[in-house]
Amino acid sequence: MSSHVHIPISERHSEKPVFSPEKMAEVQRVINEYPEGKSKSAVIRILHFAEDEFGGWLSIETMDYVAEILNIEPIEVYEVATFYTMFNVEPIGKYVFEVCRTGPCMLVGSDNTIEYIENKLDIKVGETTKDKMFTLKTAECLGACGYGPMLQCGKKYHEHLTKEKVDTLIDAYRAGNTNIEI
Amino acid sequence: MGRRLLLEHDAVPGIETFDVYRKHGGYRSVEKALKTMSPQEVVEQVQLAGLRGRGGAGFPTGMKWSFLAKPEGVPRYLLCNADESEPGTFKDRYLMEKIPHLLIEGMITSSYALGCNLSFIYIRGEYMWILEILEKAIAEAYAKGFLGKNILGSGFDLDLRVAPGGGAYICGEETALIESLEGKRGNPRIKPPFPAVKGLWGCPTVVNNVESLAAVVPIVNDGGEEYAKIGVGKSTGTKLISACGNLARPGVYEIEMGMTVEEFIYGDDWCRGIANGKKLKAFVPGGSSVPILPHYLVTKTAAGDDRIMSYEGLSEGGFATGSMLGSGGFIVFDEDQCIVRNTWNFARFYAHESCGQCSPCREGTAWMEKVLHRLENGQGNMRDIDLLAEINKKIEGNTICPLGDAAAWPVAAAIRHFRDEFEWHVNQPIESQKRNYGLSKEISFATNI
Ligand SMILES: Cc1cc2nc3c(=O)[nH]c(=O)nc-3n(C[C@H](O)[C@H](O)[C@H](O)COP(=O)(O)O)c2cc1C
Ligand code: SF4
Ligand code: FES
Repeated sequence: MSSHVHIPISERHSEKPVFSPEKMAEVQRVINEYPEGKSKSAVIRILHFAEDEFGGWLSIETMDYVAEILNIEPIEVYEVATFYTMFNVEPIGKYVFEVCRTGPCMLVGSDNTIEYIENKLDIKVGETTKDKMFTLKTAECLGACGYGPMLQCGKKYHEHLTKEKVDTLIDAYRAGNTNIEI
Repeated sequence: MGRRLLLEHDAVPGIETFDVYRKHGGYRSVEKALKTMSPQEVVEQVQLAGLRGRGGAGFPTGMKWSFLAKPEGVPRYLLCNADESEPGTFKDRYLMEKIPHLLIEGMITSSYALGCNLSFIYIRGEYMWILEILEKAIAEAYAKGFLGKNILGSGFDLDLRVAPGGGAYICGEETALIESLEGKRGNPRIKPPFPAVKGLWGCPTVVNNVESLAAVVPIVNDGGEEYAKIGVGKSTGTKLISACGNLARPGVYEIEMGMTVEEFIYGDDWCRGIANGKKLKAFVPGGSSVPILPHYLVTKTAAGDDRIMSYEGLSEGGFATGSMLGSGGFIVFDEDQCIVRNTWNFARFYAHESCGQCSPCREGTAWMEKVLHRLENGQGNMRDIDLLAEINKKIEGNTICPLGDAAAWPVAAAIRHFRDEFEWHVNQPIESQKRNYGLSKEISFATNI
C-alpha cells in the first residue's frame, strides 16, 4: 500500500459494464443497509461485487459506474480501489493464486511453495500465464497461520499445501473445477 | 483441559445454525439482559468480570464502555473489529466460522448495554466466505425475533450489518476501521477526538474485538463475579490462542488464563511440543508486533519462575526480558529458523502495510526493511545493526497510530536477544547463507539492558 498509486488507463472495457438484475438487487440491498445519505459506506462491498461480475478487475469504466450507482465522485472510488490491496486495477488471469508469504507461513515452508508454483506455471510472482489462466501473487498474512503453507483463490482458502496438492489444484482450476475442496 | 466458555460447543454438528445453537443454551444472555437487567447493569457485570480487550491492547472493556458519550438525540454505534490481520492471529476466524451466533449474541447484548440501535461487524475482505456465514446467521436471528424491532417485546430495536474490508492490515486500527466503514481509504485519524466521542459519521462509537464481544455472553449468563474467578489477578477469564509456527499441533485453543507456557507448548491436550522432535529456539506469544523471546525465556522468566499465559505473565520482565499477550497469536520457532530472516519478513510486512500518511512510519519501515534485507543476505555491516536502533528511535512515538511502534519494537527485541546471530551474519557472510545459526547463547541481562 502506498499513497502514490496511479491508475493505469491502458486497458479499458469495450462496453459499459452493467450489473445483472439479480446482482443489482443485491447492490441495492447493501446500499439500503446504511442510513440515509451514508450510501458511500457501501463502496468496498460493491467494488467486490464489481470485480466478481466484470472479469476480476476494476477498469476505469467499472469504477465510474460504481460512482454513478452510489452518487459519489469517481475520484472517491479510485481512491478506495487503489488503497486496498485486494482490488486489481489492471487485468489479471482468470484465477489468481495469492500465496501468503508472512512469517508464520514462512516458518512452515511458504518460500518453497511460491518457488514451486513459479516453476510449475513458468511465471514469476506478479505475472500472468500466457493463456491468461493464472496470475501468481503473494499476500501478507491471511489469517490461516496455523494451516500453512496456504493460498487464496477467489473466496477459497487452500491450506496445508504440499507439492501434490498444488499439482491437483492447478489441474482442477485448469479444468474449470473451482469447487475443489483441498 | 481447562474450562471453555466460548468454544465449548465448537464440535457440535450444526452449531452454526440458530436451532442447534439455541438448544445448547444460545441467546440466554439476550433474554436475561433485555428482560431482567438495565443497560447499566450489563455494563457493571462486564466491569466486575474484569474483561480486557482481546484485540491486542488489553484495555478494560467495561471502562471503555463507560467512556461512551451519550448526547441526547445522537445515535451511537458498536463496531465489531473482525479485521484480524496481525500475523499469527487466526482465532476470530475460527470463532465466527464455527459459532457465528456466539458473536451475534454478544453483539446484541452489548448493543443493548451501550444503547446502540445499529451495529456493524467489520470483517477483513479476504474472509468473504465468513461474511456469508455471518449474514446467514443474522438472517436467522432476525427471523427468530432476536434482531429487528422490539426484540423479545423489550422495546429494544437493533439492526446488525456486516461490512467487508479490502485487504489492509491498518484497517484493524480502530479509527482506520471507522474511515473504511465510511467508504474511504483506511487512514487512521488523529486522536483526540476519540471514537467514544466522535467515531462513525461523527457519532460516539465503541470498537471491540470479536472475542471481547463473544466473552460478554458468558459474563452476562454467569455473572461478572463468576467470570472473574477464572484466571489469575487482572487476567480474568479465558483467552483464545491461535498457535502456529513449528508446533506439532498448531491450531486455535481456548485456555484459562494462568496456565503455564510449558504446558501449553508441550502438553498432550495442547500443542504437543515442537514439530519433528526439534528444539525450541524462540517464540512470539502475541502476534507479530510483540517482542520475540529466546528459548531460555520462554518457559521460565529471567527470575527463574514458570512463565504464565496471562497479560502479566507474558510481559513479566518488561521490555528487557518479557513480551506481551497481545492478540494471542502464538508463533513458535524451531532450532532451524533464522531470526534475522524472520525479523526482515516482519519488517517487510509493516513496510507493506504502512498507510503512508506519517513520514517516520512510511520512510522508517521501508528503510528498516532494506537494512534487514541486506543483513539477511550477508551484505550488511556492524553499523547496520546500530542503524536499525537509530531508525527505531525516529519512529517510536512520532506517528499518528501505533503501527509505527508495532513495526519498531519487534526489531529492537530481536537485536536485544539475538545480537550474536545478527553479528554472525555480518562476520560470516558466506557461511550464513548456507546454514542457520542454531540456538542462541544465553546472555546476561545485567549487561544487556
Ligand atoms: C495497526 C493496528 C492493527 C490492529 N488490528 C486489529 C485487529 O485486526 N483486530 C482487533 O480486534 N484489533 C486490532 N487493533 C486494535 C484496535 O485498534 C482496537 O484497539 C481493538 O479493536 C479494540 O478492541 P478490544 O478492546 O475489544 O480489544 C489494531 C491496532 C493497530 C494499531
Ligand atoms: S503510523 Fe504508519 S500506519 Fe499509522 S497512520 Fe502513520 S503512516 Fe499510517
Ligand atoms: S502468516 Fe500466512 S496466513 Fe498468517
